Amino acid sequence: MEHTPRQLFAMIEAGMREEVLRSNTFWYCVSCYFCMARCPQEVHITDLMYTLKRMAIREGYYRESTAADAPDFSETFIDFVENYGRSFELGLATRYHLRHHPMGAIKQATGIGWNLLRRGRMDLTPQRIKGVDQLQAILARAKELEAVNGGGGVQ
Amino acid sequence: MTEERIGVYICHCGSNIAATVDVHDVSTWAGEALADRGVVVARDYQFMCSSLGQELIEADIREQGLTRVVVGACSPHLHETTFRNACQRAGLNPYLCEMVSLREQVSWVHTDRAAATEKSKSMISGGVERVALHEPLEPLIVPINPATLVVGGGIAGIQAALEIADSGYPVYLVEREPSIGGHMAQFDKTFPTLDCSACILTPKMVSAGGHPNITLLTWSEVEQVDGYVGNFTATVRKKARYVNADVCTGCGNCIEKCPVRVVDDVFEAGLGYRKAIYRPFPQAVPKYPVIDVDNCTYFQRGKCKACQLFCPTEPKSIDFTQQDEIIQLNVGNIILATGYDLFDCRRIPQYGYGRLANVFTSLEFERLCNAAGPTAGEVVLRDGITKPESVGIIHCVGSRDNKYNSYCSVICCMQSLKFAHLVKERTGADVYNFYIDMRTPFKDYDEFYQKVLAEGVHFVRGRVAEVTDAARNPGEEGKIIVQVEDTFIGKQRRIPVDMMILSAALEPRHDSNDVAYTFGIACSANGWFIEKHPKLDPVATMTEGVFIAGCAQGPKDIPATVSQGAAAAARVLGRINQGQLALEPVRASVIEARCSGCRICNNVCPFNAILFHEDRMVTEINPALCQGCGTCVAACPSGAITGTQFSNEQVLAQLDGLLMWDLSDLPVRHLEPVTVG
Amino acid sequence: MKYGYYPGCSLERNASAYNQSTLAVARKLGIGFAEVDDWNCCGATEYIAINLLPAYALIGRNLALASQLPVDPITGNNGHQPQKQLVAPCSACFLNLSKADHYMGQSPKLTRQVNDALAAGGLSYDPGSIRVRHLLEIMVDDVGFETIGATVNRPLYNLRLAPYYGCLIVRPGFHGKFDDPEYPTKLDTLLQTLGATVVDYPVKTHCCGGHMTQISEAVAHDLIRRLLKNAADHQADAIVTLCPMCQLNLDGYQDSVNKRFGTNFQLPILYFTQLMGLAFGLPASDLGFGKELVPADLALKKIGVEPPPPSTGKRQRPPKEALPMPSAEIPERARKETVP
Repeated sequence: MEHTPRQLFAMIEAGMREEVLRSNTFWYCVSCYFCMARCPQEVHITDLMYTLKRMAIREGYYRESTAADAPDFSETFIDFVENYGRSFELGLATRYHLRHHPMGAIKQATGIGWNLLRRGRMDLTPQRIKGVDQLQAILARAKELEAVNGGGGVQ
Repeated sequence: MTEERIGVYICHCGSNIAATVDVHDVSTWAGEALADRGVVVARDYQFMCSSLGQELIEADIREQGLTRVVVGACSPHLHETTFRNACQRAGLNPYLCEMVSLREQVSWVHTDRAAATEKSKSMISGGVERVALHEPLEPLIVPINPATLVVGGGIAGIQAALEIADSGYPVYLVEREPSIGGHMAQFDKTFPTLDCSACILTPKMVSAGGHPNITLLTWSEVEQVDGYVGNFTATVRKKARYVNADVCTGCGNCIEKCPVRVVDDVFEAGLGYRKAIYRPFPQAVPKYPVIDVDNCTYFQRGKCKACQLFCPTEPKSIDFTQQDEIIQLNVGNIILATGYDLFDCRRIPQYGYGRLANVFTSLEFERLCNAAGPTAGEVVLRDGITKPESVGIIHCVGSRDNKYNSYCSVICCMQSLKFAHLVKERTGADVYNFYIDMRTPFKDYDEFYQKVLAEGVHFVRGRVAEVTDAARNPGEEGKIIVQVEDTFIGKQRRIPVDMMILSAALEPRHDSNDVAYTFGIACSANGWFIEKHPKLDPVATMTEGVFIAGCAQGPKDIPATVSQGAAAAARVLGRINQGQLALEPVRASVIEARCSGCRICNNVCPFNAILFHEDRMVTEINPALCQGCGTCVAACPSGAITGTQFSNEQVLAQLDGLLMWDLSDLPVRHLEPVTVG
Repeated sequence: MKYGYYPGCSLERNASAYNQSTLAVARKLGIGFAEVDDWNCCGATEYIAINLLPAYALIGRNLALASQLPVDPITGNNGHQPQKQLVAPCSACFLNLSKADHYMGQSPKLTRQVNDALAAGGLSYDPGSIRVRHLLEIMVDDVGFETIGATVNRPLYNLRLAPYYGCLIVRPGFHGKFDDPEYPTKLDTLLQTLGATVVDYPVKTHCCGGHMTQISEAVAHDLIRRLLKNAADHQADAIVTLCPMCQLNLDGYQDSVNKRFGTNFQLPILYFTQLMGLAFGLPASDLGFGKELVPADLALKKIGVEPPPPSTGKRQRPPKEALPMPSAEIPERARKETVP
């Protein structure tokens, strides 16, 4: 984590837009919400971290961060959700790791992946909901609306 | 056409009003458009409240024969008296002057100049219509009882009581606990001079205890207050002590022989023990102990009486048959100095208090340091033996946090610096102070900070995330670990220590709202008593004759507390020396012929000013108790209650003036006396 | 009492033990579940990192479908309109569903846009019409400790458990504060009600790493190690969880953590519903046991038939010189509402 949240906010205040969006900090956010529970000013820090992630992706700065792979994990995840309506762990792990850390993919496949498969805790094929078309229509409309709005907003 | 000759005066208030309102336009307009409403002169002036401004009004009254005055300026809260006095000097009854708040209600709250100017005209018009119906009034004169009730026997109350008593007037000093002394008696050293708290406090306690003009009522609580400024009657419950003060010598045999030991949550802050018969500390004033009925074997199980058996006096001082006593005190003024409660650190569970043995509150640490405390001043861990080798002190625990108290508790920085110094001095331990901002204003305070810095205390700027015993590596085993973002480094740090001290927030007393209600004053949303004016009237309240001092008004240190105690006493003494007091004649009164005796108004009065005559079946209002709030006026279904200066006629005339758009349509003094219902 | 039920993707497969034990326990307690028809993924922590409005629309579809369920709305204690109660056993689903409803309730603009998107699928959702509840909340607040205690017929005597809440059930509390966000105790009490011994577990609301196992193994493994180490330091026989993500990370990566740090943790990670089922006397095979990667057999063998010897009643007297310890309870007069 290159910057503490406090430093990030100070940089935002100082107008250091590019440095903020290039930071790897928000990609390390695990959404534990401790910051929101503890902030004496009740700043919605977790939500702001999500906002910074979205801005960094939209403006391409994430590629210059040391966590450049992170958005791809989210996007691979989303890809499965958009196509099937459900998440698909095996597909996600395989595709993401093969693309970014092939060695890791082997490790995952032989380690946790194998163990989960063995215990019947992982599907070999994705599950598809009945209303995939309906879901895709909804998401397409939402994306249209978001494009008009410029993806702004904190929540 | 009114026969009144009305003068209208528009104040610029420097640029406060003039920047947003075209004041000249308003005055010109008033002079012309309101001429047929009785306005004979209208002026604007840069500072109407200045001597020159007032003289302008006075001269017009004399030379132009004004019979009414309207001043468009700030809020009547600030300058009503100023302009009333100006009228009086020129021979006009002061209640024939009306203020229109062009600053608070117009210029400070609007930005559109044209609209603000029009609104000002409308409000001036309302003032003109209203003032024409004003009646000349005379203030109510009430005598002042020279006795004073001081509630709370901490340093603020003691100081106030002594100031008044030394001036020769009687004081009743009421204290809830068995001894006076308050929180200051619990402390060891005081910042920034590090003088011994007891050494400077006990002489004052002794003076208060033995003062011929002070009646000390400890172990007592005020239950009810009736009356009004100059003539209050306070009902006080003297809780049974079960010790006869007339015979008791304070020898302490009874305490020594009492077999019951209980944790003392009040004076020892839970860190030490007391007996079931006890006085909180050796220098207690008065010296007589009290019996804690809930823990006394005799009261709980009907036998023991060791205290009585070993009492050396004849007759015995211990009297198990004593009852609570209710007494009534007649006083002219009241000073509330009820102090503060400490924030309960268990509300922030991640700081570990109540779970991790070696996390202490600030008050616990004061007792730990105190030579008369449970460890005789040894700074040790909860086991009572081990000296800490490293100590962490967290500032702002429960303060400056919107989840608990958003305010700064004022004393924590200096208190924490004092703790750091005392730990260093007594143990030589490594000390870490965790702070958000270092706040050391006032005389010699920052010098003290410099001194503690020079002593080698570590300062980490950052709000502590958590205090835990969950070790991550061998170096942390058996320690308390402070997890904090060091904002200077921009990194998370984990600092293992042996002992933690939490500088807890000062909070209003848990029952401050009830106490405020009893005394007829107001609390802020936080629960602190509200002063009449935050800068210019800090010890008075909106209730005449009730003053506040010390931490009951808001967090403050000892010097500020003592100053407020003395200031409240000075205000009271001023009142007593006047001998009598002129009260605003703005009062409600009952038109008996219209009163149906329904008694609806009887229970709405917040000042208990309404009494009912059963024989004649009519209600009457005591003008000295009435504060003119108007609640009963609004409640009366027969329109039988009228408020001086707020009669229906006056209020409706003002409304007509405000809605003036076509004044020519108004009939001359068109209003018939209005009867509602 | 009938609730809407949103199992979420994990409970379909990876956390099927959680689903199985939840349904078994619910049957035993007479709780009715109506599963949301054809629900979709809640987006986990990923969707909202890429797109804002589509993330809410994704969740919105679930809320819209849930609001069509044949479940009677009830008036909660929060002064709300009557709301249909929707149960999510997964903490991430619980968070996302409640978060979308909360922010929609706060922002008419967001509601308008989400409903605009939902309209493309012939759906709509009225924020505030559903109250999202975590499964644990239903068990402790609706069913209650008394009923649970009365249903226990095989108490978990002698089993030492570390109650692990994780993050999202207690923070940030979009649908009301369920328990303290830093140091909750309701799962502790539940496990005690089942007869188990509960260890003080100061890291009980610390993060399991979430998706960090995929972003940075080093960071994730360290987070997991802290949780395992503290439970082991307290001689826990198992860690009890209420979230599939927490279970997966602590269970699935325990081996990797041991390899990375040279440790030898062997802590089974069990769902609280599995333990409820055991204590209710349900057969282990109905509760999904055997799917955990770190086997639970050793721990479960410790469950005694006899309760541990009762305490002598005498509090152990601290040494004479020791200072009194404050009670852990906040006294009534100091109990003020902490702003959520």
